Amino acid sequence: MAEITYLEAIRQGIWEEMERDSKVFCLGEDIGVYGGAFKITKGMLERFGEERIVDTPIAESAIVGAAIGASFAGMRPVAEMQFSDFITCAFDQIVNFAAKTRYRWNAPAPLVVRAPSGGGIHGGPYHSQNPEAWFVRTPGLKVVEPATAYDAKGLIKSAIRDNDPVIFFEHKKLYRAIKGEVPEGDYTVPLGKARLHREGKHIAVITYGAMVHVAAEAAEVLDREGVSLEILDLRTLLPLDEEAILASVKKCSRVLVFHEDTLTGGVGGEISARISEKAFEWLDAPVVRLAAPDTPVPFSPPLEEAFLPNAAKVIEKARWLAGY
Amino acid sequence: MAAMKPVGPVLVQGATAPSENEGDLSLKQEEIARRGHYFMALQREVEDRIERKLYRQGKILGGVYVGRGQEAICVGAGLVSEQEDWLYPCHRDLGLYLVRGVTPREIFAQYMGRVGGLTRGREGNMHMGDLKRRIVAIISAMAASVPVATGTAMALKFQRSRNIVFNIFGDGATSRGDWHEGLNLASVQKAPVVFICNNNQYAYSTPLEKQMACEHVADRAVGYGMPGEIVDGNDVMAVYRAVKRAADRARAGEGPSLVECKTFRMTGHSAHDGGDYVPDHLWTEWGEKCPIVRIERVMLERGWTTREELEQVHARIKREADEAIEWAENSPYPDASTLTEDVYEGSR
Ligand SMILES: Cc1ncc(C[n+]2csc(CCOP(=O)(O)OP(=O)(O)O)c2C)c(N)n1
Ligand SMILES: [Mg+2]
Repeated sequence: MAEITYLEAIRQGIWEEMERDSKVFCLGEDIGVYGGAFKITKGMLERFGEERIVDTPIAESAIVGAAIGASFAGMRPVAEMQFSDFITCAFDQIVNFAAKTRYRWNAPAPLVVRAPSGGGIHGGPYHSQNPEAWFVRTPGLKVVEPATAYDAKGLIKSAIRDNDPVIFFEHKKLYRAIKGEVPEGDYTVPLGKARLHREGKHIAVITYGAMVHVAAEAAEVLDREGVSLEILDLRTLLPLDEEAILASVKKCSRVLVFHEDTLTGGVGGEISARISEKAFEWLDAPVVRLAAPDTPVPFSPPLEEAFLPNAAKVIEKARWLAGY
Repeated sequence: MAAMKPVGPVLVQGATAPSENEGDLSLKQEEIARRGHYFMALQREVEDRIERKLYRQGKILGGVYVGRGQEAICVGAGLVSEQEDWLYPCHRDLGLYLVRGVTPREIFAQYMGRVGGLTRGREGNMHMGDLKRRIVAIISAMAASVPVATGTAMALKFQRSRNIVFNIFGDGATSRGDWHEGLNLASVQKAPVVFICNNNQYAYSTPLEKQMACEHVADRAVGYGMPGEIVDGNDVMAVYRAVKRAADRARAGEGPSLVECKTFRMTGHSAHDGGDYVPDHLWTEWGEKCPIVRIERVMLERGWTTREELEQVHARIKREADEAIEWAENSPYPDASTLTEDVYEGSR
């Protein structure tokens, strides 16, 4: 097995799917000659040609709309948003067309919308957002966000093979920062299944994406204080793996629900509600959430730092929970 | 309207001063050239410092987009604007801010995320506006400003104001639905707005032919029932004249126009992009059409300036930039405790 980056893992996954199935094709801005803003599609134009690596005008609504239409005709489109912040330009096509078409008239739309998301790169309000919650409240979509290279490859493959529209968030900060052992051949990671990133005894941290690694950093420190964190990496946000969430909650009895997205209306609210509905008797403390404050993502370094969750903030919440 | 049908691209070498009997220009030719030259050279210097010094030194973080080689467009348009007109610049239009009176101090501080910048550190780079100066900040999504500029213009018309709106965007932006919705609405409403396209022939790595199947952006105007004019975007005098015609039309209540400025992006898309996908001959060809060099040639030929005077202007601009950077570096970072202020009126 080779050690590759999160970015390379996604690239390999798409590449292998394109080799495997001629119905798979990619469309998006600057994905051809340039290989994409983050180089996910690098080399694909040369290998697969212009019909399968389609450089589009700046037109997110048309990109997703065309993906939906192509999926009706039997194709397996993978649409790239240059930044997840621009996915809003395609909002109507995603939430009103793609998400509802199977339910309304039994017309599945098997497509993937890939969207690089997340902050910590000095991108300011429009190159840092985590827009997953807008889609998690849309029945008919699936929403995925891998945290590791292994999962990134396995999940993009599952997303491409899935018969429903999948929004696939890729955390920009993980692209080159995270490496992992990834098998070269074919394998998939199932949608809708969480993964235990770290076993622990005292506090269940339920999280996903880049925050898995932030939680792991905090766990090392807390270990030395005798506080053991369990980290559940959700991997798929819609549908949620309720079984895995409840299992960790029941095991630890103290819970921290944690995401980089802002607090109000974030995925964490839904998770907390389910925990209090279905595992209330197992809880030894209130369900605690850690998320970014309810503001846009600011640009200036001291503001961005104050905005983003980090290990110190996890430690603070965990200490409070441990002492409750 | 018929008089302003699209004409072929004007890609002449020397900048063109108008003939004596052309139109009523509110500024004297010499004055346009002199002010145009100053603001173009100032934009160039400020952006060179940002992209080639401060960014590389790590003093500026995040994305950096400059307008190198395209300064004549925003500066030419800016010189047409009156102080009470509304400006909707895009990410290569620093010159428009300068003409309106935004200082290099404020610009450097903006880029460095300091409180002295126009957005107090909330935003970076060209994502800046100032309501008092009637400059509206872009959001990142290309063309999102087009319907917004239209709305400001509709309000000005409703208020019987003599003021108008100037909205600049790139060629790539014209692919977005917002662009088309905005132009259509403006035209139906006869909104007093001048739409100005910086057609630098690339959108990030995407060349024009992958962006649109018509030859000129100005060709799109006919579909919205407004005049479309093509102008040499590396000629500040020519841009001034074309935008002036469109502005006069808007002020006279005749509605919007589309002015397409043909130019070239003399950089990669942003500071992290070398632009390797651009064929070499385009760099050479367009490098020779530098709008600053061209206006200097005209000014010298016409006896409006001397070499010594031009050198003094450049030296003054360099001092201005030095001083402004020093000021910006002494401007504090925003305090982390201010993070949640101003999400709503009065929020802390
Ligand atoms: C809706 C949207 N999609 C993608 C982007 C990413 N992006 C930033 S600038 C740019 C190219 C813009 O091209 P153009 O409008 O021609 O302006 P130029 O940069 O050439 O001046 C792209 C694709 C964006 N800002 N907005
Ligand atoms: Mg362009």
